[in-house]
Amino acid sequence: MFDQEVINMLLRGIWETVYMTLGSTFLGYVIGLPMGILLTISDKDGIKPNAFLYKVLDVIVNIVRSVPFLILLILLIPFTRFVVGKSYGSTATIVPLVIAAAPFIGRMVESSLKEVDAGVVEAAKSMGATTMTIITRVLLVESRTSLINGMTITLGTILGYSAMAGTVGGGGLGDIAIRYGYYRYEMPIMIVTVVLLILLVQIFQTIGMAISNKLDRRKK
Amino acid sequence: MAEIEVRQLSKVFDLKGQDFQALKDISLEIESGDIYGIIGMSGAGKSTLVRCLNFLERPTQGEVFVRGQDMASLSEAQLRKARQEMAMIFQHFNLLMQKNVIDNVCFPLRIQGVNKADAKKRAMELLEIVGLADKGRSYPAQLSGGQKQRVAIARALASNPKILLCDEATSALDPQTTASILALLKDINEKFGITMVVITHQMAVIREICKHVAILNHGELVEEGEVEEIFNHPKSAAARELILGDISEGQWNGGIRQQDIVHEAKKLRIVFSENSSFEPVIANMILQFGVPVNILRANTKNVGGIAKGEMILGLPEGEELQQQIEQYMIEKGLEIEEVTGDV
Repeated sequence: MFDQEVINMLLRGIWETVYMTLGSTFLGYVIGLPMGILLTISDKDGIKPNAFLYKVLDVIVNIVRSVPFLILLILLIPFTRFVVGKSYGSTATIVPLVIAAAPFIGRMVESSLKEVDAGVVEAAKSMGATTMTIITRVLLVESRTSLINGMTITLGTILGYSAMAGTVGGGGLGDIAIRYGYYRYEMPIMIVTVVLLILLVQIFQTIGMAISNKLDRRKK
Repeated sequence: MAEIEVRQLSKVFDLKGQDFQALKDISLEIESGDIYGIIGMSGAGKSTLVRCLNFLERPTQGEVFVRGQDMASLSEAQLRKARQEMAMIFQHFNLLMQKNVIDNVCFPLRIQGVNKADAKKRAMELLEIVGLADKGRSYPAQLSGGQKQRVAIARALASNPKILLCDEATSALDPQTTASILALLKDINEKFGITMVVITHQMAVIREICKHVAILNHGELVEEGEVEEIFNHPKSAAARELILGDISEGQWNGGIRQQDIVHEAKKLRIVFSENSSFEPVIANMILQFGVPVNILRANTKNVGGIAKGEMILGLPEGEELQQQIEQYMIEKGLEIEEVTGDV
């Protein structure tokens, strides 16, 4: 059963899954990081309170986060076709993944940044720091271990979403698991793909934790 | 010209729709080079007042002038510039935990655009001043409380401020560390002529380093003047409470103290300020009059051969005898005043 063809298919599946996960996490942060920063500073205890901006972002984040990913995936098919030109394959899957990931990342970033001691922010203000300086040199730096932990969690979640996209021809290991395991009852291939998915999550998790530990200076 | 001048300042906070008056009609002047204490119980408004000086909090009413400059007239950018001239240290130090000591001290310089090499050089000089030259590469988590406050002081001095605001800077430290931090602040005041505003709830801190003091009680300034004068002759109830260290919240408002039934006919608070610590004044007095006095409370120490501190004595019955004893103590150069109630 595990001939060269199947092995090649699995290898391609691994590559596609990693590509989708890392690609959409990266693009997710491009949108989610500024979103999280804006949520933090515009909140009523933030450094630039703005009730309107906070409310708008808060509602957007909540709406997107309350739609189940599978539904979002189908809802976004026309949009995905417009952006990528087709609605199947791993590159096309990145579009709904990014849209689902960005608000999730925004919330993660918000909660990390809010862990930063308000006293340190006040100290920076008392030195005459601008809002931008406080963001780049205080908030993001002081919360970096928490941010990296958040990114590790995000990677795991997006990996899971990418496997779900397999049901609509999304490519990657999830796609293989559905086609072989579900439609063709080939249990061994399904088990192998599941084990590979578990291994990938473990690897992301281990690397993420190691980096965040290495960067943490709060220990004795 | 006063370094800092506060005119009729009030601050009202909006707490869930309810107005809370944190500061009420405060006026004070702080001279250049002074160490000015602001003392009060927690909730008295001292932290709010100090934040109104650098406009971290905007006063609801009134004016703040720093070196003649009306703070309310400044734009955001000018305000940031002004804040660089008035550094601040905090009860919980507020250091960057992910940055080492040198980078913490460099921080205010870097945000002013000083290049890395120059900032580092200045940081090393400052660490030398605060006695932490060997800790540059350590991270705050590896330092003790006193060391962290020293780093915070070095950081505050980095931008050559004219004014240093100290918000409960020693409240999280043990008495010994407190003494060493206060000595460092005094030293810096003398060496660099930096005007200091010291916020505290501890009278001992005020007596240790301040020249002038303002007493805040429930958002109002109740007494203000030279430390020596206020310590020796407190006028307000709040000042008495702080000095006597008898600080049950309930007694703060009216200033009326219950006259208890006491065994001693009269209680005197005496303040030592110029007596030689080698002269046993109280013991001599007892020998001379041949009557016992009851020491109800005593807190004195020897500072360079001079007795400093205070004591509360219960005098024996007999008006004539009491007068003689009082006369004796005045002749010996002690400040005395009668006290009532629990001491």
